[in-house]
Amino acid sequence: MAMSSGVRAGAQTGSRLGSFVRSQMRNIAPFVTLIVLLVFFGIASPSFATMDNAANILTQVSVAGIIAVGLTFVILCAEIDLSVASVANATGIVVAYFTLQESYVNIANVPLPGIVAIALALVACIFLGLVNAVGMTVVGIPSFIMTLAMMQIGAGICALLVRGQIAYAVPPFIATLGAGSIEGIPWIIIVLVVFLALGHVVLTYTRFGRYVYMVGGNREAAEYSGVNVKLVLSAVMVISALCSGVAGMLGVAHFGSAQQNEFDGYLLDAIAAVVVGGTSLFGGRGGIGNTIIGLLILGVLNNGLDHVEIDSFLKILIRGLILLGALIINVYVQAVRENERAAGG
Amino acid sequence: MSTEPASAPEVRPARLTMQGISKSFGGVAALREVDFVLREGEIHGLVGENGAGKSTLMKIIAGVHPQYQGRMTIDGQEVQFRSARDALAAGIGMVHQELSIVSDLSVAENVYLGKQPTRRGIVDWRAMFEGAREQLASLGIDVDPRVRMGSLAIGLQQLIELARVLFSGARIVILDEPTSALSPPEVHRLFEVLRAVRAAGCSIVFISHFLDDVLAVSDTVTVFRNGQRVATEPATGIDKSWVIQRMIGRGHEDLEESYTGDVTLDSKPEAPVVLAVRGLAAGRAFDDVSFDVRAGEVLGVYGFMGSGQIELGRAMFGKLRPSAGTLSMAEKPLRLRNTADACRAGLAFVPESRRSMLFYREPVYKNESISVLGRIARLWLKPAVERDIARRHAEALSIRPASVETLLQSLSGGNQQKVALAKWLTWPPKVLVLNEPTRGMDVGAKEDVVRIVRGLRDKGIGIVVVSTEPETVLSMADRIVVMKKGRIVREFAGETVSKDRLLEAA
Repeated sequence: MAMSSGVRAGAQTGSRLGSFVRSQMRNIAPFVTLIVLLVFFGIASPSFATMDNAANILTQVSVAGIIAVGLTFVILCAEIDLSVASVANATGIVVAYFTLQESYVNIANVPLPGIVAIALALVACIFLGLVNAVGMTVVGIPSFIMTLAMMQIGAGICALLVRGQIAYAVPPFIATLGAGSIEGIPWIIIVLVVFLALGHVVLTYTRFGRYVYMVGGNREAAEYSGVNVKLVLSAVMVISALCSGVAGMLGVAHFGSAQQNEFDGYLLDAIAAVVVGGTSLFGGRGGIGNTIIGLLILGVLNNGLDHVEIDSFLKILIRGLILLGALIINVYVQAVRENERAAGG
Repeated sequence: MSTEPASAPEVRPARLTMQGISKSFGGVAALREVDFVLREGEIHGLVGENGAGKSTLMKIIAGVHPQYQGRMTIDGQEVQFRSARDALAAGIGMVHQELSIVSDLSVAENVYLGKQPTRRGIVDWRAMFEGAREQLASLGIDVDPRVRMGSLAIGLQQLIELARVLFSGARIVILDEPTSALSPPEVHRLFEVLRAVRAAGCSIVFISHFLDDVLAVSDTVTVFRNGQRVATEPATGIDKSWVIQRMIGRGHEDLEESYTGDVTLDSKPEAPVVLAVRGLAAGRAFDDVSFDVRAGEVLGVYGFMGSGQIELGRAMFGKLRPSAGTLSMAEKPLRLRNTADACRAGLAFVPESRRSMLFYREPVYKNESISVLGRIARLWLKPAVERDIARRHAEALSIRPASVETLLQSLSGGNQQKVALAKWLTWPPKVLVLNEPTRGMDVGAKEDVVRIVRGLRDKGIGIVVVSTEPETVLSMADRIVVMKKGRIVREFAGETVSKDRLLEAA
């Protein structure tokens, strides 16, 4: 008698644990992936698990990370922004365009004081974000298509401003944040941490952040609750463009040059960071915490593969497979939740 | 109880017979021992309230429900359909209320959908256009088969879908609510076509809530109530009130339905007008709708499915932009660009489907606070205040479980509906519009909702209850307007009204 009830209680604890694991799958799976990668590379390469390398990894993900903060807002609303890398590139080129370049740089640039150049670059990226917002909420173009067009528009702005040339100089403030360091800590990591923290605070503790989650969770219900859905969507597109713009300026300083197609790889990196971290592509679930894990997975993977003997061409394929794995988990977790709801759970 | 059309001058042979058909869904009987005969060249009207069993019977005929008890024969041959495809092959076609046309293709392509004539593997356009023209002309439909389907009026689209069903070889055609979206001339034309189809020997089942239409076109009328066939009569010997009496079944079986009797409306004509609706119109949905919403009064808006009342509710909350007319509060015209504007103006709305009002994966308190977040928080959220408000609502509306941290998806339907109402109770609105507030609820939950609505009314809120269920309107309303095909056709105020009078008006 006592034994059977003990067994029953045990089974209940088990099923409660099981349902907890299932409900937290979105957060657990990326975390476990990160631990596995860390352990694997730590064992495989003696040069991997060092403080210097940890700083390397953070520096390497910082540009993608700042973009990913804005993208997290967009994906939480169940939208997508494909123009992030292009807007970053354009903003970086705009800030260089308004900075005095060396005489050998063959660009018809307009030198202005640094503060003005930065302000103009920020205005430029906010404007591009507003165009995305108007296209989506006023005209009614799906974000996938609208931002695809914006991706090309951004590339066009880059091409027109630099005309195939390369600019090098940026305002000193940007140069410091992008390439300098303080007490041995690169400023760009500090900027990344500030952006992540700001993003988290806005999403978790402000009214706007709640609206982002609710619009992503059930857009129709948000509208029927009197939320101005179009305003929320517009805001997230501008936030995304602004984050991209900052990442673009710092990136130009970090790489030491401003040229066309410089940020092309960052679109995939930023989307991968958000989605691998476990933020739902269907909106309403996830957050900056997930994006941090996703960024670290991406950074550890890229960096770790350099520390082990591996065909550098194979690396590209491995990255693709990891991304696919994360997408499968992302969609699968959603399907499990839908089933539970359909079953009345 | 049932009488065969014995006095008919000629009894045509039966095309479809059904004997002892029973069907239940999860222990709830939808059909009980139903016998049904459809004769050759007959238009057979089928009437009954929502849930009386007529659509279940038609779905069995159309092969949608393969599991049932009883026998079905077509032209004397016993049949047992495993799928809709089987039924189609046996010559049974269905035209649903929601048309299944492809609006971007031409009329001819729609008529020949899935079976275009080809020559050496290539679509034979000329044969298709010619064939479609002839096919349509034989039904008396004169339309250019080359025009895009979407450019035609609903009435024509429906006739073309009917033509396609006939063209695919159907000898039994089931029409579900065919007249709900049609104007009177379109109804007239549909009837002409149906008579032509009947003359060609086809049998037609005509399902409708519009009793006038059923009586005008049918040869025979069958009435369903509570999963049983209660009467079958030739249409010539009966009238609307005869049908309504049998549909409602006064007295006996429906004791649990407390609103079948007379209800005296407690209208308040002196109460101040909080919302004035004047000449409101929106596309095809509704036109020239005018009424006043008064403080402390429940206005019921009743109409059959598709009469435009659901869209009217949405338009009153800025979800649907009207094409003409005005809404005004306290003599000031309202301009609702979106639902946020409506909210600010003091309007509140609960849509017909809970799914479009609630956040299933969020806790109860977030579901309730979302609509008042702007008042309790400017920039920073105040979760303690949110929880506090939600706790008070849980207590006042006896929402179970009482914990406001519970995820909404684990609440029962009735409790979910209470949460949907609770969203608007923290700062009571001036006007509350409820679309189908009791749809799909059990009796106990319905009574809770009625009590909550009455409580809100007594606080002086102007309430609009929009429904296709007469009981819902009768149980809550102090004044009732009846909508029919997008227009208000009748107002009941300060008088005694009953379900049959309501049905009569609609």
